[in-house]
Amino acid sequence: MSPTLLIARRELSSYLRSWNGYIIIAILLAVGGLLFNSAVLGGAEKRSSEVVAFFFFGASGFVPIASVFFTMRLIAEERQTGTVNLLYSSPITDSQIVVGKYLSALVFMFVFLLLTSYMPMLVLVNGKVSWGHLASGYLGLLLLGSACIAIGTFGSSLAKSQILAVVITTAIVVAMLTCWYLAKVTDRPLNDLFSALALHGIHFPPFSQGIVHMRDVVYYLGVTYVALFSATRVLEARRWR
Amino acid sequence: MIEVEKLSKYYDERAAVADLSFDIGRGEVIGFLGLNGAGKSTTLRILGCVLLPTSGSVRIDGKDLASQPHEIRKQIGFLPDTPPLYDEMTVGDYLRFVARLRGMESSKVEGAVREAEEKTALSDAHEVVISSLSHGFRQRVGVAQAIVHKPALLILDEPTSGLDPVQIVQMRELIRGLRGHHTILLSSHILSEISQTCDRLLVIHDGRLVGQGTENELAGTGSGQVELEVVGATERGLGDQVISVLKASGLVKNVVIKHESSGLVSLTVEAPPTLRPQIVRALVAANIDIQRIDYGAPELESIFMQLTKTSQGAS
Repeated sequence: MSPTLLIARRELSSYLRSWNGYIIIAILLAVGGLLFNSAVLGGAEKRSSEVVAFFFFGASGFVPIASVFFTMRLIAEERQTGTVNLLYSSPITDSQIVVGKYLSALVFMFVFLLLTSYMPMLVLVNGKVSWGHLASGYLGLLLLGSACIAIGTFGSSLAKSQILAVVITTAIVVAMLTCWYLAKVTDRPLNDLFSALALHGIHFPPFSQGIVHMRDVVYYLGVTYVALFSATRVLEARRWR
Repeated sequence: MIEVEKLSKYYDERAAVADLSFDIGRGEVIGFLGLNGAGKSTTLRILGCVLLPTSGSVRIDGKDLASQPHEIRKQIGFLPDTPPLYDEMTVGDYLRFVARLRGMESSKVEGAVREAEEKTALSDAHEVVISSLSHGFRQRVGVAQAIVHKPALLILDEPTSGLDPVQIVQMRELIRGLRGHHTILLSSHILSEISQTCDRLLVIHDGRLVGQGTENELAGTGSGQVELEVVGATERGLGDQVISVLKASGLVKNVVIKHESSGLVSLTVEAPPTLRPQIVRALVAANIDIQRIDYGAPELESIFMQLTKTSQGAS
């Protein structure tokens, strides 16, 4: 087994052995379920596709929150307990450590998203749902999750405590979310820059409508790459201190 | 096996290690001795591939630490000052994880884990979750993770810190048992601890090497004190007789009578502790019986104080 997968597997099994992961998923599912329930059952009749689009748009708000909590411990905890020295002294590269950590949180995110799938399925009871729409929405959520988790991995690599990791990651994610608003209120060329950076408002909505643009996919993969690359650099720099 | 040349590590402006050079042969058990903050941990962390040095070179088995870190990491087992344990794992799972992480073939992992557990007396704890282990056990798991992949070089940073006297003895036995299988580097600020386990000592103070050698060689560098208690046949003038014998032998620098009563004299003799046998022989040859002969102070401690004092005076 490659060191990356080895680290990912260990991390994942430790998620599953601790209560934190379950509690976060349970809370998010409960709140998400209530919101979905009130939004769909309340108000006027809606088209199935509208309900599904609403579901994906809502779920995309939960993904960044979940990411912050899934990633806070990744590297910060290793530094806190000193286990990072074990990784540092082993014949593995810093990028393998970072990618392994990222993968474990991504799998956990995948499980979380899988558990939300009962909500769009409920639409099937009284309506029709296009499988393409579902696939596009979940692809978008997974890509958004990937970007947020990579940012969280970076935040966790900077911090020595998990609380600080939460603060740093939240700050970066919120800053990138508000880029969408900044893009609206600024002129060229600034608004181009902001809209290119916006984590959600510009790149996600097409996915929830069932449309997959290549540029959005590339954007999320790009954010993932840059954040993981930065996290690797942080780990490398730590060897000098 | 290890060649360290002009190794320096700076934290901002402060030098934690400065111009450190030493060689270590295969199979040696080496003790790093120094006060807290002397630079022991920093040196070991560099050798353990956790930190990169500011300047200088480290070669392990002819491989350069800066250019071939991966090759070197496969050959080292490192126990940092806090054992790097994942609390939620069982001892067995943890050791399996470490063995694989260190690049061991999957088919050999299970056997290696059992062997490491046997050597560290952890076989009964195989299924125990690490968070429920006591400090002594955790330290042993720390040693087990360092030896599980059978590294050529074993680096143990303060393996006995925080252990109770019984556990210290067990840890000492454990390290002695590892002799021959690995080249071992260990650090401590407990002086007696390290002299009993190591072939050779490197004394570090303020990031510099202030002395190295066996306990006896180091002792030769300073003049220690020997306490003597002597019984004589003659009741009067025994003290003077002892003094004249010792002075005539040319072994001692100075002799002071601490206490004298009929037929019994206590003296403090200023002489290197290594000369004890010669002193005894000289006195016995002069028909003086020796009741007790002691170190003036714990030897290493006095050596250590002297070495660090000299380096402070020089700097």
